[in-house]
Amino acid sequence: MADDKDVLRDVWFGRIPTCFTLNQDEVTEREAEPYYLLLPRVSYLTLVTDKVKKHFLKVMRAEDVEEMWFEYEGTPLKWHYPIGVLFDLHASNNVLPWSITVHFKNFPDHDLLHCPSNSVIEAHFMSSIKEADALKHKSQVVNDMQKKDHKQLWMGLQNGETHTPPILKRRPQTTMSDRPFIQKLFRPVSPEGSAHSLGDLLKEMYPDAITNDGEQKRYQVVIHGIEPLLETPLQWLSEHLSHPDNFLHICVIPVPTD
Amino acid sequence: MPVSLLWAVDVYGRVYSLSTAGQQWEQCRDAQMEFKRVTAAQQCCWGIACDNNIYLNVHASDLPVRYQEETYENQRWNPVDGFSERLLPSDRWQWSDVTGLQHQPLDSFQLPSSSWEWEGDWYVDENFEGEPTEKGGWSYAIDFPATYTKDKKWNSCVRRRRWLRYRRYKAMDTWAKIPSQQTTLPDPFSDISCGGWEISEEPRGRLSLWAVSLQGKVWFRDGIYHHNPEGSLWEEVFLPGEVIQISCGPGDLVWAVLWEGQLIVREGISRDCPKGSSWAVVESPSPDVGAIHVAVGINVVWAVTKDNKVWFRRGVNSHNPCGSGWIGMVGEMITINVGLNDQVWAINCEDRAVYFRQGVTSSELSGKTWKAITVPRDGDRSHSSFSFLSTLDSAGCYFCGEVRAQSVVSDAESDTEKGSADGESIPGEGEVKAPCAGSALSPSQSGGPLDPQWSNVDLEEAQQAQTVAVQDTADTCSLSSVATYTLAMEDPYGADEHPLWAWVSGGGCSVDSHSQLNWFNFSMNTLVSSVQSMSLSVSPAQTAAWRRQIFEQLSERTKREMDNFRHYEQAVEQSVWVKKGTMQWWRDWKPHKWIDVHFALEQFSGPDGNKDGILFIYYNYYEEKKYLHAFINEVTILVPVLNDSKHTFAIYTPERTKQRWPIRLAAATELEMHDWLALLSVSCCDSRGIHGPPSKQAIWSITCKGDIFISEPSPGLEAMPYPTPCDQMFWRQVGGHLRVVECNSVGIVWGIGYDHTAWVHTGGYGGGFFQGLASSTDNIYTQTDVKSVYIYENQRWNPVTGYTNRYCTLLRLEFTKRVVSDWAIDYSVSGGTDREGWQFAADFPASYHGYKTMKDFVRRRRWARKCKLTTTGPWQEIPPIPLSDVTILPCTAQSSVDVIPVWAISNKGDVLCRLGVTALTPAGSSWLHVGTDQPFKSISIGAASQVWAIARDGSAFYRGSVSARSPAGDCWYHIPSPAKQKLKQVSVGRTSVYTVDENGNLWYRQGVTPSYPQGSSWEHISNNVRKVSVGPLDQVWIIADKVQGSHSLSCGTVCHRLGVQPVEPKGQSWDYGIGGGWDHITVRGNSVEPPRLRLPSLTDPSSRSPVPVRNTEVNGVGN
Repeated sequence: MADDKDVLRDVWFGRIPTCFTLNQDEVTEREAEPYYLLLPRVSYLTLVTDKVKKHFLKVMRAEDVEEMWFEYEGTPLKWHYPIGVLFDLHASNNVLPWSITVHFKNFPDHDLLHCPSNSVIEAHFMSSIKEADALKHKSQVVNDMQKKDHKQLWMGLQNGETHTPPILKRRPQTTMSDRPFIQKLFRPVSPEGSAHSLGDLLKEMYPDAITNDGEQKRYQVVIHGIEPLLETPLQWLSEHLSHPDNFLHICVIPVPTD
Repeated sequence: MPVSLLWAVDVYGRVYSLSTAGQQWEQCRDAQMEFKRVTAAQQCCWGIACDNNIYLNVHASDLPVRYQEETYENQRWNPVDGFSERLLPSDRWQWSDVTGLQHQPLDSFQLPSSSWEWEGDWYVDENFEGEPTEKGGWSYAIDFPATYTKDKKWNSCVRRRRWLRYRRYKAMDTWAKIPSQQTTLPDPFSDISCGGWEISEEPRGRLSLWAVSLQGKVWFRDGIYHHNPEGSLWEEVFLPGEVIQISCGPGDLVWAVLWEGQLIVREGISRDCPKGSSWAVVESPSPDVGAIHVAVGINVVWAVTKDNKVWFRRGVNSHNPCGSGWIGMVGEMITINVGLNDQVWAINCEDRAVYFRQGVTSSELSGKTWKAITVPRDGDRSHSSFSFLSTLDSAGCYFCGEVRAQSVVSDAESDTEKGSADGESIPGEGEVKAPCAGSALSPSQSGGPLDPQWSNVDLEEAQQAQTVAVQDTADTCSLSSVATYTLAMEDPYGADEHPLWAWVSGGGCSVDSHSQLNWFNFSMNTLVSSVQSMSLSVSPAQTAAWRRQIFEQLSERTKREMDNFRHYEQAVEQSVWVKKGTMQWWRDWKPHKWIDVHFALEQFSGPDGNKDGILFIYYNYYEEKKYLHAFINEVTILVPVLNDSKHTFAIYTPERTKQRWPIRLAAATELEMHDWLALLSVSCCDSRGIHGPPSKQAIWSITCKGDIFISEPSPGLEAMPYPTPCDQMFWRQVGGHLRVVECNSVGIVWGIGYDHTAWVHTGGYGGGFFQGLASSTDNIYTQTDVKSVYIYENQRWNPVTGYTNRYCTLLRLEFTKRVVSDWAIDYSVSGGTDREGWQFAADFPASYHGYKTMKDFVRRRRWARKCKLTTTGPWQEIPPIPLSDVTILPCTAQSSVDVIPVWAISNKGDVLCRLGVTALTPAGSSWLHVGTDQPFKSISIGAASQVWAIARDGSAFYRGSVSARSPAGDCWYHIPSPAKQKLKQVSVGRTSVYTVDENGNLWYRQGVTPSYPQGSSWEHISNNVRKVSVGPLDQVWIIADKVQGSHSLSCGTVCHRLGVQPVEPKGQSWDYGIGGGWDHITVRGNSVEPPRLRLPSLTDPSSRSPVPVRNTEVNGVGN
């Protein structure tokens, strides 16, 4: 009998094998070897790609280097989403390793936020937590946190530590990331006191995602690389499958047509 | 703590019980009449009913109460008839008891009361001292009385055989009248009290029952035992005055209240004399006001005086039953009752509510405050109206001050909510008579009705109500649970109509000051919200489909995304960290002693992403600084070790196991040791990538300290010809404390504690000293165990002073947990004792016997003391039957058994078969009792449902026709033991049957085939064996004594039989694993076939049957 704690471990230990290749158009001094890494699902791209940058800089001239950004099959990857979400959204049905193209030129300003340093990610991460907290608890928790607690939370994420943030209690709250992106607070309990399920949420937020009887399945509902059953209680999902930013990211992606 | 019951009687004479886990009083609906008083023990409840008869309610148990009747048929040989019933005039009766003195024909045996029934007819016993006899069961001798043998000889002139018949107590869970004696008792009983179950080592069921009659006489019920729950007869006890009330505690305290208001204390109560010998008088607490009520426990006495004041007696114990002085307590009560653990209940004289004394502990026996038990009765919930019922001749009137015959309000009948009742019923508040318990008997109470005749305003309604009351007790649970919701709607209903109690008995109620009780602060709102929160947090089942899906998909995800990419670099590296401390180390060189060392654990990430570490022990060797180190990934086990003064543990590596010389360390405090153990344990598991709960294939073992260890078997563990060496197995600890553990390959794991409590594994891990990540969040529960420790008092006789204790030696306390009982003489020593517990021998050390002879110059007696340990672990109790052995069907990897056979032996030696055990409900549902002619001690079931068992006399039995359809089989086949050996334990694998005898020999059963499952003979395999476990692959593992390592010798070592294969099930040699200090192992979960090329001819077991049976009954061949 598996334990719920093992779910937490799987969530925090999740890694995606990734192959970084340098964009063909980049000017290099010699051919750039692809670079293979295991990326933590719950972290952020710009936070864990120092090694990638170092690797490719070896073959490039300093004057050709601008801000690094990533692209997968033509889509620029938004670094402010957790890596796992990006993968589930764009590449979950493709062959592993996940093949990401690295760019050092032509930063797509209209698609991506600039990320000059880790402090920007930290700021973004903290604002996500605050946002989630504001949605859930009217900001009581994060405002009560000391500066050092913020720092601890952040350091934990940076070092790939596997502890759930101890301070934040997970409570009813959910967002969805998708094209188009929906972010909304959703109570896991109905006013009548019965527990809401994942299916209830989708019915309200994104009815298309639900396959009706006799229909062919059009959408996959993916959380952390898995497809939970629609009857799964939201409360449980929120407690066990939330990201460190305290959001439950649900990806609704079209079923591959092949 | 298992669920137990508090009993109470309300002022109308209705009997209720309140469960320690419950939130409402449940009416005892079986009672067809009203009761005056009840007195409870854990297994039964006695009561005085309104008809003045005494009734007994034995709680149903899967273990039946049965009694073996026996009689002997005797015959003498004469030349004309051969053996015949014609005996010589000087001979015994043709039918007699074992001594021949009593005439006992078969038809002279009668059932003792209507509560008994015969299980079957008389039959001949064909076992003779552990050996099967010839058909007919005769044993022969030269003459009566003489030594009997099972074989007829030329000089056998007489013969006899034993006839057996069982009777069974059938009146379970119902109030059965105790038949009144021929010498009719002079007057009706007015008070009753049971207790005394702790004064002897008799199994649960022995009771002292004291009763008081209206004329003030006291009676003692003799002969109450487990197999005779009703007792045999009343004996009058001489008194110094007229008694009005009596109280008997669980131990040897008995107090009574005299009519004049003094108290009397029974003295001289002991194991041999439960009735006691004399009375001592204690004055009433208050000089002006006499006592009216007394209640005693193990070490406490409480009293109530006529002005309702409550008193506590100081200084009471077994040696000083009278105590030393009274202390006045707060509160005004009418009665008081002391239950188990000296916990106290009372009924308040103002509101008639039952109050529980809070804060009673062994150090503060008088407790702190009274707290009212405010839960409602089950009846309160369901009815929306009163039915107005009256009794013509009901004993309910008895509890009213005057007998007015009509109009006693009864709400018991109204739990069927009938719409029609609403209009016709009349609210009954005004009709309740002021109750006065203990008032004089009204003379109209002769022969109260068993089936009271109800009449009502509306006759039809009354009839309906009556039928419901009589037949539909089974529905009450569902009714009351439905009613939970109605209650919430009708909020104010129960509040003003609270129950009025007359009597309470906690003798069966096992609570202590730590118990979580839901008896207080009951309100409707909490009920509603708890219903709601339950639906939220307690998910319907751990195994709900959505949860399974998530678990499965996550592990698939791990396989897909990670398993093939382990060689990839981690995006984020981890750093090294170090934990340091000081400890003591048992140094390697002589003279061995504890020396101070610095201890450090360095942890880092290994190249494969797993954490690894090294531990260092820095010590000084002749002023020179040196260190010892061990790689964390080489450590095979961390074992807490028994030590009387230090908190020590041992660290083993394969090398250290070979040496039998672990690294022994001692921490300064227990807490520090547990911190280190938890930390080291986590790093060992991390370095090997072992996380989470044990797999279904895990091998379980237990040390002599009761600690539980598991090892995940590697696929090569049973490989041929090169299995994984045993000393490389990695063991990790699981919380809990057990004596026996058994498992099978579908993940069912049962354990038995030292106190014989049965436990089932919840699927969790950790507990005990593990915290945080090394422990599962749910599935961890509190576990307690009680173990007895013994010391011997030795004395030598000398001509002048007689026996003196110059040679008194004390054995070390091996179980230094919470001590719960004082030292007491232990009479259950093998060899027997005299009345004072002494055993005699010619000299130390020798074999002792229980009587003194001329040649005996030394004597000894054993003192026992109970120690209680409280820990946590992934175990849940399976009440209520205590067990001594258990076995679970070993399944092969591909088998799809749905209901899994589990057999067990109770601590009394009964064989039990557990029903309803599946992978989802590993605890099963109930026991099925399997009859035997003698107590058993070991049992094992094989993969093909072949059940083998060992009886207490050392003989083996095979159970015939056990199958999925007939889970209990049909009959026992007696299998002769190896010559001159008494067998002790049995284990059955796929086809192999192994036994261990009391001299440590391991035997293999030869010639077992599917068509002849009993086999033909025993073959000796090895000696120095303590226990054997045969698994579903027929793999053989043992606990061996005297295993020689390169540094030291170990006892209690795990060993693995090498070379076992289908053509050679006996194997060739032993491989030595972890030890010593091991007591138990089970490999019955490991059904992983080793990766090997299998020859097709090896698979069919029947092809082995023509193996020549040569060494039949080989004896004493060592290996």
